[in-house]
Amino acid sequence: MQLYLPIAEVSINAFLLTGIGGIVGFLSGMFGVGGGFLITPLLLLIGVPPGIAVATGANQVVASSISGVLAQFRRKAVDVPMGLVLMSGGLVGSWIGSKVFAWMTALGQVDLFVQLSYVAFLGVIGTVMFVESARAIWRSKRPGTVPVRRAHTHGWMHRLPFKMKFRASGLYISVLPPIAVGTFVGFLGGIMGVGGGFILVPAMIYLLGMPTKVVIGTSLFQIIFVSGFTTVLYAVNTHTVDMLLALLLIVGGVIGAQIGAQVGLRLKAEQLRILLAILVLAVAIKIAFDLLFQPSELFSINIGRLS
Amino acid sequence: MIRALALAMTLLALPAAASETIVAGLSQSRVSITANFDGSEILIYGAVKRDAPEPEDAPMQVIVTVEGPSTPLTIRRKEKTAGIWINRSSVNVGSAPSFYAVATSGPLDKILSSTENLRHKVSLDQVISDVGITAQAENSDDFITALKRIRIADGSYRLDDNSVILKEQTLFRADVQLPANLTEGAYRVRILLTRDGKVVDSSEQRIFVHKEGLERFLFNMAKQQSFLYGLASLAMAVVAGWAASAGFRLLRR
Repeated sequence: MQLYLPIAEVSINAFLLTGIGGIVGFLSGMFGVGGGFLITPLLLLIGVPPGIAVATGANQVVASSISGVLAQFRRKAVDVPMGLVLMSGGLVGSWIGSKVFAWMTALGQVDLFVQLSYVAFLGVIGTVMFVESARAIWRSKRPGTVPVRRAHTHGWMHRLPFKMKFRASGLYISVLPPIAVGTFVGFLGGIMGVGGGFILVPAMIYLLGMPTKVVIGTSLFQIIFVSGFTTVLYAVNTHTVDMLLALLLIVGGVIGAQIGAQVGLRLKAEQLRILLAILVLAVAIKIAFDLLFQPSELFSINIGRLS
Repeated sequence: MIRALALAMTLLALPAAASETIVAGLSQSRVSITANFDGSEILIYGAVKRDAPEPEDAPMQVIVTVEGPSTPLTIRRKEKTAGIWINRSSVNVGSAPSFYAVATSGPLDKILSSTENLRHKVSLDQVISDVGITAQAENSDDFITALKRIRIADGSYRLDDNSVILKEQTLFRADVQLPANLTEGAYRVRILLTRDGKVVDSSEQRIFVHKEGLERFLFNMAKQQSFLYGLASLAMAVVAGWAASAGFRLLRR
Protein backbone atom coordinates (compact mmCIF):
# COMPACT_ATOMS: atom_id res chain seq x y z
CA MET A 1 0.00 0.00 0.00
CA GLN A 2 1.68 3.19 -1.21
CA LEU A 3 1.21 6.33 0.85
CA TYR A 4 2.05 9.88 -0.20
CA LEU A 5 3.81 11.74 2.62
CA PRO A 6 2.70 15.39 2.72
CA ILE A 7 5.93 17.00 3.98
CA ALA A 8 8.50 14.60 2.53
CA GLU A 9 6.66 14.72 -0.83
CA VAL A 10 7.44 11.13 -1.70
CA SER A 11 5.25 8.07 -1.97
CA ILE A 12 6.44 5.07 0.07
CA ASN A 13 5.00 1.69 1.01
CA ALA A 14 3.19 2.00 4.37
CA PHE A 15 4.11 -1.52 5.56
CA LEU A 16 7.79 -0.90 4.84
CA LEU A 17 7.67 2.17 7.10
CA THR A 18 5.87 0.32 9.89
CA GLY A 19 8.47 -2.44 9.58
CA ILE A 20 11.39 -0.01 9.92
CA GLY A 21 9.69 1.56 12.94
CA GLY A 22 9.23 -1.91 14.42
CA ILE A 23 12.88 -2.94 14.07
CA VAL A 24 14.20 0.30 15.55
CA GLY A 25 11.60 0.19 18.35
CA PHE A 26 12.61 -3.39 19.17
CA LEU A 27 16.26 -2.40 19.60
CA SER A 28 15.20 0.67 21.53
CA GLY A 29 13.19 -1.34 24.06
CA MET A 30 15.89 -3.96 24.39
CA PHE A 31 19.00 -1.79 24.78
CA GLY A 32 17.70 1.56 25.97
CA VAL A 33 19.07 3.40 22.97
CA GLY A 34 16.71 5.79 21.22
CA GLY A 35 17.59 4.47 17.80
CA GLY A 36 18.25 7.85 16.21
CA PHE A 37 21.54 6.55 14.82
CA LEU A 38 19.65 3.72 13.07
CA ILE A 39 16.43 5.31 11.88
CA THR A 40 18.04 8.18 9.97
CA PRO A 41 20.20 5.97 7.70
CA LEU A 42 17.28 3.55 7.15
CA LEU A 43 14.93 6.36 6.08
CA LEU A 44 17.58 7.81 3.78
CA LEU A 45 17.96 4.39 2.22
CA ILE A 46 14.30 4.25 1.16
CA GLY A 47 14.31 7.75 -0.30
CA VAL A 48 13.14 10.10 2.47
CA PRO A 49 14.97 13.46 2.19
CA PRO A 50 17.72 13.90 4.89
CA GLY A 51 16.15 16.83 6.77
CA ILE A 52 12.80 15.06 7.05
CA ALA A 53 14.48 11.82 8.12
CA VAL A 54 16.33 13.43 11.04
CA ALA A 55 13.35 15.45 12.34
CA THR A 56 10.71 12.75 11.93
CA GLY A 57 13.10 10.17 13.37
CA ALA A 58 13.28 12.23 16.57
CA ASN A 59 9.48 12.16 16.80
CA GLN A 60 9.37 8.36 16.48
CA VAL A 61 12.12 8.02 19.12
CA VAL A 62 9.87 9.85 21.61
CA ALA A 63 7.10 7.30 21.09
CA SER A 64 9.20 4.16 21.30
CA SER A 65 11.11 5.53 24.32
CA ILE A 66 7.83 6.18 26.17
CA SER A 67 6.59 2.74 25.25
CA GLY A 68 9.86 1.25 26.49
CA VAL A 69 10.21 3.36 29.65
CA LEU A 70 6.71 2.45 30.87
CA ALA A 71 7.66 -1.21 30.65
CA GLN A 72 10.82 -0.41 32.65
CA PHE A 73 8.90 1.68 35.22
CA ARG A 74 6.73 -1.31 36.11
CA ARG A 75 9.77 -3.26 37.23
CA LYS A 76 11.24 -0.20 38.99
CA ALA A 77 14.21 -0.08 36.63
CA VAL A 78 14.20 3.68 36.13
CA ASP A 79 16.39 5.93 38.26
CA VAL A 80 14.38 9.16 37.97
CA PRO A 81 16.76 11.43 39.98
CA MET A 82 19.71 10.17 37.94
CA GLY A 83 17.74 10.75 34.72
CA LEU A 84 16.99 14.34 35.73
CA VAL A 85 20.60 15.06 36.69
CA LEU A 86 21.83 13.65 33.35
CA MET A 87 19.19 15.67 31.50
CA SER A 88 20.20 18.97 33.11
CA GLY A 89 23.73 18.43 31.81
CA GLY A 90 22.36 17.16 28.49
CA LEU A 91 20.40 20.30 27.69
CA VAL A 92 23.49 22.49 28.22
CA GLY A 93 25.59 20.10 26.14
CA SER A 94 23.15 19.92 23.24
CA TRP A 95 22.95 23.71 23.13
CA ILE A 96 26.75 23.91 22.82
CA GLY A 97 26.66 21.05 20.31
CA SER A 98 24.14 22.82 18.08
CA LYS A 99 26.36 25.94 18.08
CA VAL A 100 29.34 23.86 16.96
CA PHE A 101 27.10 22.21 14.33
CA ALA A 102 26.11 25.62 12.95
CA TRP A 103 29.78 26.63 12.87
CA MET A 104 30.73 23.45 10.96
CA THR A 105 27.83 24.02 8.53
CA ALA A 106 29.22 27.47 7.78
CA LEU A 107 32.56 25.84 6.98
CA GLY A 108 30.76 23.50 4.54
CA GLN A 109 32.11 20.19 5.80
CA VAL A 110 29.39 19.21 8.23
CA ASP A 111 28.64 15.85 6.54
CA LEU A 112 32.24 14.76 6.85
CA PHE A 113 32.46 15.99 10.42
CA VAL A 114 29.33 14.04 11.41
CA GLN A 115 30.53 10.90 9.66
CA LEU A 116 33.95 11.05 11.26
CA SER A 117 32.42 11.59 14.72
CA TYR A 118 30.19 8.58 14.13
CA VAL A 119 33.10 6.36 13.14
CA ALA A 120 35.31 7.56 15.99
CA PHE A 121 32.79 7.39 18.83
CA LEU A 122 30.84 4.35 17.70
CA GLY A 123 34.10 2.55 16.91
CA VAL A 124 35.74 3.23 20.27
CA ILE A 125 32.62 2.65 22.38
CA GLY A 126 31.69 -0.49 20.43
CA THR A 127 35.18 -1.98 20.78
CA VAL A 128 35.50 -1.24 24.51
CA MET A 129 32.05 -2.67 25.24
CA PHE A 130 32.63 -5.70 23.07
CA VAL A 131 35.92 -6.61 24.75
CA GLU A 132 34.56 -6.05 28.25
CA SER A 133 31.36 -8.05 27.77
CA ALA A 134 33.11 -10.85 25.89
CA ARG A 135 35.44 -11.21 28.88
CA ALA A 136 32.52 -11.25 31.29
CA ILE A 137 30.75 -13.97 29.28
CA TRP A 138 33.93 -16.02 29.01
CA ARG A 139 34.52 -15.72 32.78
CA SER A 140 31.00 -16.79 33.65
CA LYS A 141 31.31 -19.88 31.43
CA ARG A 142 34.33 -21.22 33.27
CA PRO A 143 33.17 -23.39 36.11
CA GLY A 144 34.61 -22.95 39.58
CA THR A 145 35.52 -19.27 39.30
CA VAL A 146 32.90 -17.02 40.73
CA PRO A 147 32.98 -13.64 39.00
CA VAL A 148 34.09 -11.00 41.44
CA ARG A 149 31.50 -8.22 41.32
CA ARG A 150 32.59 -5.19 43.23
CA ALA A 151 29.72 -2.85 43.96
CA HIS A 152 31.92 0.04 44.94
CA THR A 153 35.24 0.94 43.55
CA HIS A 154 36.27 3.88 45.63
CA GLY A 155 38.35 6.36 43.72
CA TRP A 156 38.65 10.04 43.01
CA MET A 157 34.97 10.20 41.97
CA HIS A 158 33.87 9.47 45.51
CA ARG A 159 35.80 12.34 46.99
CA LEU A 160 33.89 14.97 45.01
CA PRO A 161 31.36 17.21 46.80
CA PHE A 162 27.54 17.45 46.31
CA LYS A 163 26.87 13.79 47.05
CA MET A 164 23.44 12.43 46.35
CA LYS A 165 21.74 9.11 46.92
CA PHE A 166 20.54 7.33 43.77
CA ARG A 167 18.40 4.61 45.31
CA ALA A 168 17.43 2.67 42.18
CA SER A 169 21.06 2.48 41.06
CA GLY A 170 22.35 1.70 44.57
CA LEU A 171 24.82 4.55 44.31
CA TYR A 172 25.85 7.34 46.66
CA ILE A 173 27.98 9.62 44.51
CA SER A 174 28.57 13.25 43.69
CA VAL A 175 26.24 14.79 41.09
CA LEU A 176 29.23 16.23 39.21
CA PRO A 177 30.21 13.10 37.22
CA PRO A 178 26.60 12.49 35.98
CA ILE A 179 26.29 16.15 34.98
CA ALA A 180 29.61 15.95 33.12
CA VAL A 181 28.52 12.74 31.37
CA GLY A 182 25.15 14.32 30.47
CA THR A 183 26.82 17.44 29.09
CA PHE A 184 29.27 15.46 27.01
CA VAL A 185 26.57 13.16 25.60
CA GLY A 186 24.29 16.14 24.92
CA PHE A 187 27.15 17.85 23.11
CA LEU A 188 27.79 14.84 20.88
CA GLY A 189 24.06 14.40 20.34
CA GLY A 190 23.81 18.01 19.29
CA ILE A 191 26.50 17.71 16.62
CA MET A 192 25.53 14.24 15.42
CA GLY A 193 21.78 14.88 15.43
CA VAL A 194 20.96 11.91 17.67
CA GLY A 195 19.66 11.43 21.21
CA GLY A 196 22.94 9.91 22.29
CA GLY A 197 21.60 6.77 23.98
CA PHE A 198 24.33 4.61 22.49
CA ILE A 199 26.94 6.82 24.20
CA LEU A 200 24.93 7.31 27.37
CA VAL A 201 24.34 3.60 28.03
CA PRO A 202 28.04 2.62 28.10
CA ALA A 203 28.91 5.83 29.97
CA MET A 204 26.43 5.00 32.74
CA ILE A 205 27.67 1.42 32.98
CA TYR A 206 31.41 2.02 32.86
CA LEU A 207 31.88 5.57 34.13
CA LEU A 208 29.15 5.86 36.74
CA GLY A 209 29.03 2.18 37.67
CA MET A 210 25.26 1.80 37.38
CA PRO A 211 23.76 -1.71 37.06
CA THR A 212 22.85 -2.60 33.44
CA LYS A 213 19.16 -3.24 34.20
CA VAL A 214 18.65 0.28 35.60
CA VAL A 215 20.69 1.88 32.85
CA ILE A 216 18.23 0.94 30.09
CA GLY A 217 15.19 2.52 31.76
CA THR A 218 17.10 5.61 32.88
CA SER A 219 18.56 6.15 29.42
CA LEU A 220 15.10 5.89 27.83
CA PHE A 221 13.69 8.31 30.41
CA GLN A 222 16.34 10.88 29.52
CA ILE A 223 15.95 10.36 25.75
CA ILE A 224 12.21 11.17 25.87
CA PHE A 225 12.93 14.75 26.90
CA VAL A 226 15.87 15.30 24.59
CA SER A 227 14.11 14.00 21.46
CA GLY A 228 10.81 15.65 22.40
CA PHE A 229 12.65 18.95 22.62
CA THR A 230 14.36 18.23 19.28
CA THR A 231 11.05 17.38 17.56
CA VAL A 232 9.41 20.69 18.49
CA LEU A 233 12.59 22.57 17.58
CA TYR A 234 12.63 21.05 14.08
CA ALA A 235 8.88 21.54 13.62
CA VAL A 236 9.19 25.25 14.37
CA ASN A 237 12.53 26.06 12.73
CA THR A 238 12.69 23.92 9.61
CA HIS A 239 9.13 22.50 9.18
CA THR A 240 10.59 19.08 8.49
CA VAL A 241 8.50 16.85 10.77
CA ASP A 242 6.22 14.68 8.63
CA MET A 243 3.32 13.62 10.82
CA LEU A 244 2.06 10.90 8.49
CA LEU A 245 5.54 9.39 8.24
CA ALA A 246 5.91 9.67 12.02
CA LEU A 247 2.56 7.94 12.59
CA LEU A 248 3.57 4.88 10.56
CA LEU A 249 6.99 4.65 12.19
CA ILE A 250 5.41 5.08 15.62
CA VAL A 251 2.83 2.32 15.12
CA GLY A 252 5.68 -0.08 14.37
CA GLY A 253 8.00 1.46 16.94
CA VAL A 254 5.81 1.27 20.05
CA ILE A 255 4.94 -2.37 19.40
CA GLY A 256 8.58 -3.19 18.68
CA ALA A 257 9.68 -1.47 21.90
CA GLN A 258 7.33 -3.61 23.99
CA ILE A 259 8.59 -6.84 22.41
CA GLY A 260 12.18 -5.62 22.75
CA ALA A 261 11.71 -4.94 26.46
CA GLN A 262 10.36 -8.49 26.93
CA VAL A 263 13.28 -10.07 25.07
CA GLY A 264 15.74 -7.88 26.97
CA LEU A 265 14.39 -9.26 30.26
CA ARG A 266 15.29 -12.83 29.29
CA LEU A 267 18.90 -11.95 28.46
CA LYS A 268 21.77 -11.62 30.93
CA ALA A 269 23.35 -8.20 31.41
CA GLU A 270 26.59 -9.13 29.66
CA GLN A 271 24.68 -10.68 26.76
CA LEU A 272 22.75 -7.42 26.33
CA ARG A 273 25.98 -5.46 26.41
CA ILE A 274 27.72 -7.61 23.81
CA LEU A 275 24.71 -7.41 21.44
CA LEU A 276 24.61 -3.62 21.75
CA ALA A 277 28.39 -3.55 21.16
CA ILE A 278 27.97 -5.57 17.94
CA LEU A 279 25.18 -3.25 16.75
CA VAL A 280 27.24 -0.13 17.46
CA LEU A 281 30.30 -1.62 15.74
CA ALA A 282 28.23 -2.61 12.70
CA VAL A 283 27.04 0.97 12.20
CA ALA A 284 30.58 2.31 12.65
CA ILE A 285 31.98 -0.16 10.10
CA LYS A 286 29.22 0.68 7.60
CA ILE A 287 29.99 4.40 7.79
CA ALA A 288 33.74 3.76 7.61
CA PHE A 289 33.15 1.69 4.45
CA ASP A 290 31.21 4.55 2.86
CA LEU A 291 34.12 6.87 3.52
CA LEU A 292 36.85 4.49 2.36
CA PHE A 293 35.40 2.94 -0.78
CA GLN A 294 34.35 4.67 -3.97
CA PRO A 295 30.59 5.23 -3.92
CA SER A 296 28.58 4.09 -6.97
CA GLU A 297 27.28 7.62 -7.47
CA LEU A 298 29.78 10.38 -6.90
CA PHE A 299 27.29 13.18 -7.44
CA SER A 300 24.46 14.27 -5.20
CA ILE A 301 21.69 16.79 -5.81
CA ASN A 302 20.53 19.24 -3.15
CA ILE A 303 17.49 21.39 -3.76
CA GLY A 304 18.26 25.01 -3.04
CA ARG A 305 21.46 26.95 -3.18
CA LEU A 306 24.51 26.58 -1.00
CA SER A 307 26.52 29.66 -0.29
CA MET B 1 14.53 49.67 -42.73
CA ILE B 2 15.08 46.83 -40.32
CA ARG B 3 11.66 47.35 -38.85
CA ALA B 4 10.03 47.26 -42.28
CA LEU B 5 11.92 44.08 -43.09
CA ALA B 6 10.81 42.50 -39.86
CA LEU B 7 7.20 43.45 -40.56
CA ALA B 8 7.42 42.02 -44.05
CA MET B 9 8.84 38.79 -42.65
CA THR B 10 6.07 38.49 -40.09
CA LEU B 11 3.44 39.07 -42.73
CA LEU B 12 5.04 36.45 -44.91
CA ALA B 13 5.36 34.02 -42.02
CA LEU B 14 1.85 34.46 -40.69
CA PRO B 15 -0.18 32.70 -43.38
CA ALA B 16 2.29 29.83 -43.37
CA ALA B 17 1.96 29.40 -39.58
CA ALA B 18 -1.80 29.73 -39.69
CA SER B 19 -2.24 27.07 -42.35
CA GLU B 20 -1.77 24.30 -39.76
CA THR B 21 -2.97 24.89 -36.21
CA ILE B 22 -3.28 22.69 -33.16
CA VAL B 23 -6.59 21.92 -31.52
CA ALA B 24 -5.64 20.15 -28.30
CA GLY B 25 -7.11 18.86 -25.10
CA LEU B 26 -5.93 17.35 -21.81
CA SER B 27 -7.49 14.43 -20.00
CA GLN B 28 -7.38 16.53 -16.83
CA SER B 29 -6.35 20.05 -15.90
CA ARG B 30 -5.86 19.19 -12.21
CA VAL B 31 -3.91 16.47 -10.48
CA SER B 32 -4.91 15.97 -6.85
CA ILE B 33 -2.34 14.53 -4.49
CA THR B 34 -4.21 12.56 -1.86
CA ALA B 35 -2.83 10.11 0.71
CA ASN B 36 -2.94 7.17 -1.71
CA PHE B 37 -1.39 9.10 -4.61
CA ASP B 38 0.99 6.84 -6.48
CA GLY B 39 1.73 8.69 -9.67
CA SER B 40 -0.69 9.59 -12.40
CA GLU B 41 -0.98 9.44 -16.16
CA ILE B 42 -2.12 12.37 -18.21
CA LEU B 43 -3.40 12.07 -21.74
CA ILE B 44 -2.64 14.89 -24.14
CA TYR B 45 -4.63 14.59 -27.37
CA GLY B 46 -5.59 16.74 -30.33
CA ALA B 47 -5.87 17.27 -34.03
CA VAL B 48 -4.33 19.50 -36.66
CA LYS B 49 -6.69 21.99 -38.33
CA ARG B 50 -5.78 22.88 -41.90
CA ASP B 51 -6.95 25.77 -44.09
CA ALA B 52 -5.11 24.49 -47.11
CA PRO B 53 -4.26 21.03 -48.40
CA GLU B 54 -1.43 19.35 -46.55
CA PRO B 55 2.04 20.30 -47.81
CA GLU B 56 3.73 17.32 -49.36
CA ASP B 57 7.40 18.13 -48.79
CA ALA B 58 7.99 16.65 -45.34
CA PRO B 59 5.84 14.68 -42.92
CA MET B 60 4.36 16.44 -39.89
CA GLN B 61 5.79 15.60 -36.48
CA VAL B 62 4.51 16.27 -32.96
CA ILE B 63 6.51 17.08 -29.81
CA VAL B 64 4.84 17.22 -26.40
CA THR B 65 6.66 18.54 -23.32
CA VAL B 66 5.49 18.62 -19.71
CA GLU B 67 7.50 20.79 -17.31
CA GLY B 68 7.18 20.97 -13.53
CA PRO B 69 8.07 23.94 -11.30
CA SER B 70 11.77 24.86 -11.34
CA THR B 71 14.10 25.33 -8.40
CA PRO B 72 17.75 26.25 -7.97
CA LEU B 73 19.96 23.24 -7.26
CA THR B 74 23.35 22.45 -5.85
CA ILE B 75 25.15 19.46 -7.30
CA ARG B 76 28.06 18.11 -5.32
CA ARG B 77 30.81 15.69 -6.25
CA LYS B 78 32.71 13.36 -3.96
CA GLU B 79 36.45 13.10 -4.42
CA LYS B 80 39.07 10.98 -2.73
CA THR B 81 41.05 13.13 -0.33
CA ALA B 82 43.53 11.76 2.20
CA GLY B 83 42.14 8.27 1.66
CA ILE B 84 38.47 9.04 2.20
CA TRP B 85 35.62 10.01 -0.10
CA ILE B 86 34.23 13.42 0.74
CA ASN B 87 32.22 16.13 -1.01
CA ARG B 88 34.82 18.40 -2.53
CA SER B 89 33.44 20.48 -5.37
CA SER B 90 29.96 21.78 -6.03
CA VAL B 91 28.09 23.62 -8.75
CA ASN B 92 25.05 25.85 -8.33
CA VAL B 93 22.48 25.48 -11.08
CA GLY B 94 20.31 28.59 -11.51
CA SER B 95 17.16 26.65 -12.17
CA ALA B 96 16.18 23.13 -13.16
CA PRO B 97 12.64 21.75 -13.46
CA SER B 98 11.50 19.29 -10.82
CA PHE B 99 9.89 17.28 -13.60
CA TYR B 100 10.42 17.28 -17.35
CA ALA B 101 9.07 14.95 -20.00
CA VAL B 102 9.58 15.13 -23.75
CA ALA B 103 7.39 12.87 -25.88
CA THR B 104 7.82 12.90 -29.64
CA SER B 105 6.50 11.20 -32.75
CA GLY B 106 10.06 10.66 -34.04
CA PRO B 107 13.71 11.01 -32.99
CA LEU B 108 14.01 14.49 -31.42
CA ASP B 109 17.28 15.44 -33.12
CA LYS B 110 15.77 14.55 -36.53
CA ILE B 111 12.41 16.32 -36.23
CA LEU B 112 13.64 19.51 -34.58
CA SER B 113 16.54 21.55 -35.89
CA SER B 114 19.07 22.84 -33.38
CA THR B 115 18.16 26.48 -33.99
CA GLU B 116 14.49 25.76 -33.37
CA ASN B 117 15.47 23.80 -30.27
CA LEU B 118 17.36 26.84 -29.01
CA ARG B 119 14.46 29.16 -29.71
CA HIS B 120 11.72 27.02 -28.17
CA LYS B 121 13.84 25.42 -25.42
CA VAL B 122 12.70 21.86 -25.97
CA SER B 123 15.49 19.43 -25.13
CA LEU B 124 16.61 18.76 -21.54
CA ASP B 125 19.83 20.77 -21.99
CA GLN B 126 17.78 23.82 -22.90
CA VAL B 127 15.53 23.77 -19.81
CA ILE B 128 18.36 23.37 -17.30
CA SER B 129 19.91 26.77 -16.95
CA ASP B 130 23.62 26.25 -16.44
CA VAL B 131 24.82 29.80 -16.97
CA GLY B 132 28.11 30.50 -15.24
CA ILE B 133 28.82 27.02 -13.94
CA THR B 134 32.16 26.67 -15.73
CA ALA B 135 33.74 29.08 -13.25
CA GLN B 136 32.52 27.06 -10.26
CA ALA B 137 34.31 23.74 -10.71
CA GLU B 138 36.55 21.76 -13.00
CA ASN B 139 34.72 19.61 -15.59
CA SER B 140 31.50 21.42 -14.76
CA ASP B 141 29.69 19.65 -17.63
CA ASP B 142 30.00 16.40 -15.66
CA PHE B 143 27.74 17.89 -12.99
CA ILE B 144 24.94 18.57 -15.48
CA THR B 145 25.37 15.11 -17.00
CA ALA B 146 25.08 13.63 -13.50
CA LEU B 147 21.96 15.67 -12.77
CA LYS B 148 20.31 14.34 -15.92
CA ARG B 149 21.44 10.78 -15.24
CA ILE B 150 20.15 10.77 -11.64
CA ARG B 151 16.82 12.35 -12.51
CA ILE B 152 16.22 10.14 -15.54
CA ALA B 153 16.90 7.12 -13.32
CA ASP B 154 14.31 8.16 -10.72
CA GLY B 155 11.67 9.03 -13.32
CA SER B 156 11.72 12.81 -12.83
CA TYR B 157 13.09 13.36 -16.33
CA ARG B 158 11.66 11.34 -19.19
CA LEU B 159 12.76 11.30 -22.79
CA ASP B 160 10.18 9.29 -24.71
CA ASP B 161 11.11 9.45 -28.38
CA ASN B 162 8.49 7.92 -30.71
CA SER B 163 5.88 7.71 -27.97
CA VAL B 164 3.42 10.17 -29.54
CA ILE B 165 0.89 8.35 -31.71
CA LEU B 166 0.16 10.29 -34.88
CA LYS B 167 -2.65 9.10 -37.17
CA GLU B 168 -3.24 10.20 -40.76
CA GLN B 169 -0.97 13.21 -40.14
CA THR B 170 -3.93 14.75 -38.26
CA LEU B 171 -4.83 13.08 -34.97
CA PHE B 172 -2.31 12.66 -32.20
CA ARG B 173 -2.15 11.49 -28.64
CA ALA B 174 0.57 11.30 -25.97
CA ASP B 175 0.45 9.58 -22.61
CA VAL B 176 2.79 11.10 -20.04
CA GLN B 177 3.48 9.29 -16.79
CA LEU B 178 3.77 11.53 -13.71
CA PRO B 179 5.90 9.98 -10.92
CA ALA B 180 4.77 9.45 -7.32
CA ASN B 181 7.26 11.99 -5.92
CA LEU B 182 5.52 14.94 -7.54
CA THR B 183 5.88 18.49 -6.23
CA GLU B 184 3.03 20.95 -6.10
CA GLY B 185 2.60 23.71 -8.62
CA ALA B 186 1.66 24.57 -12.17
CA TYR B 187 2.92 22.14 -14.82
CA ARG B 188 3.39 23.62 -18.29
CA VAL B 189 2.24 21.41 -21.18
CA ARG B 190 3.49 22.38 -24.64
CA ILE B 191 2.57 20.88 -27.98
CA LEU B 192 4.78 21.68 -30.97
CA LEU B 193 4.07 20.78 -34.60
CA THR B 194 7.14 20.53 -36.77
CA ARG B 195 7.83 20.01 -40.42
CA ASP B 196 11.33 19.55 -41.77
CA GLY B 197 12.80 20.51 -38.41
CA LYS B 198 10.88 23.78 -38.17
CA VAL B 199 8.13 24.56 -35.69
CA VAL B 200 4.88 25.17 -37.58
CA ASP B 201 2.58 25.82 -34.65
CA SER B 202 2.64 25.51 -30.90
CA SER B 203 0.11 25.49 -28.11
CA GLU B 204 0.53 25.77 -24.36
CA GLN B 205 -1.67 24.71 -21.46
CA ARG B 206 -1.30 24.21 -17.72
CA ILE B 207 -2.01 21.38 -15.32
CA PHE B 208 -2.29 22.23 -11.64
CA VAL B 209 -0.86 19.73 -9.19
CA HIS B 210 -2.31 20.24 -5.76
CA LYS B 211 -2.33 18.46 -2.41
CA GLU B 212 -5.79 17.67 -1.08
CA GLY B 213 -7.60 16.31 1.96
CA LEU B 214 -5.33 15.11 4.77
CA GLU B 215 -2.19 16.02 2.79
CA ARG B 216 -3.36 19.61 2.39
CA PHE B 217 -4.36 19.88 6.05
CA LEU B 218 -1.05 18.55 7.43
CA PHE B 219 1.03 20.57 4.98
CA ASN B 220 -0.74 23.84 5.82
CA MET B 221 -0.58 23.22 9.54
CA ALA B 222 3.14 22.40 9.41
CA LYS B 223 3.87 25.67 7.65
CA GLN B 224 1.38 28.03 9.27
CA GLN B 225 1.03 26.77 12.85
CA SER B 226 4.35 25.06 13.28
CA PHE B 227 4.51 25.19 17.07
CA LEU B 228 1.05 23.65 17.41
CA TYR B 229 2.02 21.10 14.77
CA GLY B 230 5.15 20.20 16.74
CA LEU B 231 3.14 19.77 19.92
CA ALA B 232 0.54 17.67 18.07
CA SER B 233 3.32 15.40 16.74
CA LEU B 234 4.64 15.06 20.27
CA ALA B 235 1.17 14.34 21.68
CA MET B 236 0.66 11.64 19.06
CA ALA B 237 3.97 10.04 20.10
CA VAL B 238 3.09 10.16 23.81
CA VAL B 239 -0.40 8.68 23.33
CA ALA B 240 0.87 5.95 21.00
CA GLY B 241 3.69 5.04 23.40
CA TRP B 242 1.34 4.86 26.34
CA ALA B 243 -1.35 2.94 24.40
CA ALA B 244 1.13 0.28 23.29
CA SER B 245 2.38 -0.14 26.84
CA ALA B 246 -1.15 -0.38 28.26
CA GLY B 247 -2.22 -2.72 25.45
CA PHE B 248 0.63 -5.14 26.05
CA ARG B 249 -0.09 -5.14 29.76
CA LEU B 250 -3.67 -6.22 29.06
CA LEU B 251 -2.44 -8.89 26.66
CA ARG B 252 -0.23 -10.48 29.28
CA ARG B 253 -2.97 -10.71 31.85
